[in-house]
Amino acid sequence: MARFPSPFSFPSSPAFWRSPVRGARFTSVLGLVLLAGMTVLFVTGLLSYAAYNPDLHRVNDQTPGKGLLGFFLFAWPTDPHWLYRLTQGVHVTLGLALVPVLLAKLWSVVPRLFALPPVRSLAHALERVSLLLLVGGALFEFVTGILNVQLDYAFPGSFYPLHLYGAWVFFAAFLAHVALKAPTAVRNVRAMRAGREEQREDDVLAAPRPDPPTVSRRGALWLVGGGSAVLFGTSAGRSFDGPLRATAVLSPHGGPEPGEGPNGFQINKTAAYVGIDPRETRPEAWRLVVTGRSGTVRLSLAELRRLPLHSAALPIACVEGWSTSDQWWRGVRLRDLAALVGYDASDDPPDVLVDSLQRSGPFRRAALRANQVGDARSLLALDVNGEPLSADHGRPARVIVPAAPGVLNTKWVARLEFGEL
Amino acid sequence: MRTRIRGRRSLRELTGSPYQLLLLACSFALAGYAGVRLLAGEAVPVALWFAGSALLHDLVLLPCYAALDRAAVRLLGACGRRTWLPYVRGPALLSGLLLLVWFPLISGRVEERYAGATGLSGDDFLARWLLVTAALFAGSALLLAARSRSERRSRSGSRRRSRARSATKARPPASQ
Repeated sequence: MARFPSPFSFPSSPAFWRSPVRGARFTSVLGLVLLAGMTVLFVTGLLSYAAYNPDLHRVNDQTPGKGLLGFFLFAWPTDPHWLYRLTQGVHVTLGLALVPVLLAKLWSVVPRLFALPPVRSLAHALERVSLLLLVGGALFEFVTGILNVQLDYAFPGSFYPLHLYGAWVFFAAFLAHVALKAPTAVRNVRAMRAGREEQREDDVLAAPRPDPPTVSRRGALWLVGGGSAVLFGTSAGRSFDGPLRATAVLSPHGGPEPGEGPNGFQINKTAAYVGIDPRETRPEAWRLVVTGRSGTVRLSLAELRRLPLHSAALPIACVEGWSTSDQWWRGVRLRDLAALVGYDASDDPPDVLVDSLQRSGPFRRAALRANQVGDARSLLALDVNGEPLSADHGRPARVIVPAAPGVLNTKWVARLEFGEL
Repeated sequence: MRTRIRGRRSLRELTGSPYQLLLLACSFALAGYAGVRLLAGEAVPVALWFAGSALLHDLVLLPCYAALDRAAVRLLGACGRRTWLPYVRGPALLSGLLLLVWFPLISGRVEERYAGATGLSGDDFLARWLLVTAALFAGSALLLAARSRSERRSRSGSRRRSRARSATKARPPASQ
């Protein structure tokens, strides 16, 4: 009878916690998985930030107050052309797969939240504050990210600053936590692998009077891994077209494609959604305005089609983590358009500011850097997969740039301003 | 002499490890630099979301799912079906996890925006989640059925063997 704790025990009493799965070993395994996983999430997140080229022009910069946190920014490359598709696919899909690991880790250490005395020393008090930043930061990042990929903008403010600055707050606490705990976690996992299974006396995470086990520690880890596998399995497919996307049954942009035929691939923001007036995109009405060193050129769709047309096989890759396979785009090279307004674009290409017919919303204007303008695969596309662009894919003309985030591939282009930004 | 030593020790006990203090100070400096920017917009709601997510998780979500799990353990124990536990817990946990992560889509609260932005239908996520849940429980039930069958077979097999053994007084093979 003595094995059962008194029904009146409180969470602050170690005897309140009865799962035999809890213990330093279980927490250590999850902790090391999170150490690797969170590091990848942070690095791919910073890469995604750099991919927007926020230091190029204010229209690309959703976080103008970043200060030193933008220290690492660099000119986002155009090679390999699937770069952003990879980094952002990893960021979002890995983040989803880590949800059960994070939840299990928090479950495994929850007795410590209530442990007494609440504060043993100044360092201990500060560590507890740091843990609030760690746990709050991790959950804040996961919640804002997961809501954003589902287009649920319930969080207070714009996603970009919240997710970026929240990541840095989390990462500051994460670094301290890793420095304090990782050596112990590594020691515990080593001992486990060496087969030393006995529980240590000083294991504060283990229940002092555990209930009979309903699942082994190994079984519990399998359950967590199963959760990760299910989340991965129901969302990873949305980084590919066709049958693979159909396997992503429970994630945005998963399942069937929105349409059939050459324009049937995934859409981000339909023409109707952003209020594109079809009268403005008719060939008779639409004109492309190109400005630069030598003045302004206005081109009709027919005139554009008489310029040298080139092809490029490039994907659309969204910050929300989904992407399409390579589509076959055809149109005028951006650097040829720059040449029309006075730039010797193959030697020394200019930057460009792209304007859409879209009336509102962030990124209705976007800036591209010289290396992106100069790439032979960067097009003002008129056709995709052998047919003119559909309204939802940016008819009559859209930008497509290798390795750039989808939102910089402006649709319904009205104006290109070449120059030094 | 003794009081001095005790005084020094208690100061150390009061502050904790100086290495830890230094480390945490560096961490707070960086967190503060980012935190000022994080709170530059809507300070109070953002702070509430930040701290609230930790509190909501630790004080609401975790106790809720722990209580559900305990209830399942008790219920199956009371029905004498304790062996079913992993086959209920597994799919329930996976299904619950999917619901937690994809709640905005499954509940339909973003249906209109999702359909407008993507050109896809936003109203079938509930059906998809129910189908995935059904598949998880069905797969689990199949596993349980297969396991109980093979257990029944091996039990009746061992009964037969033990009957045969007691008849012939033969020693069991070493590998058993």
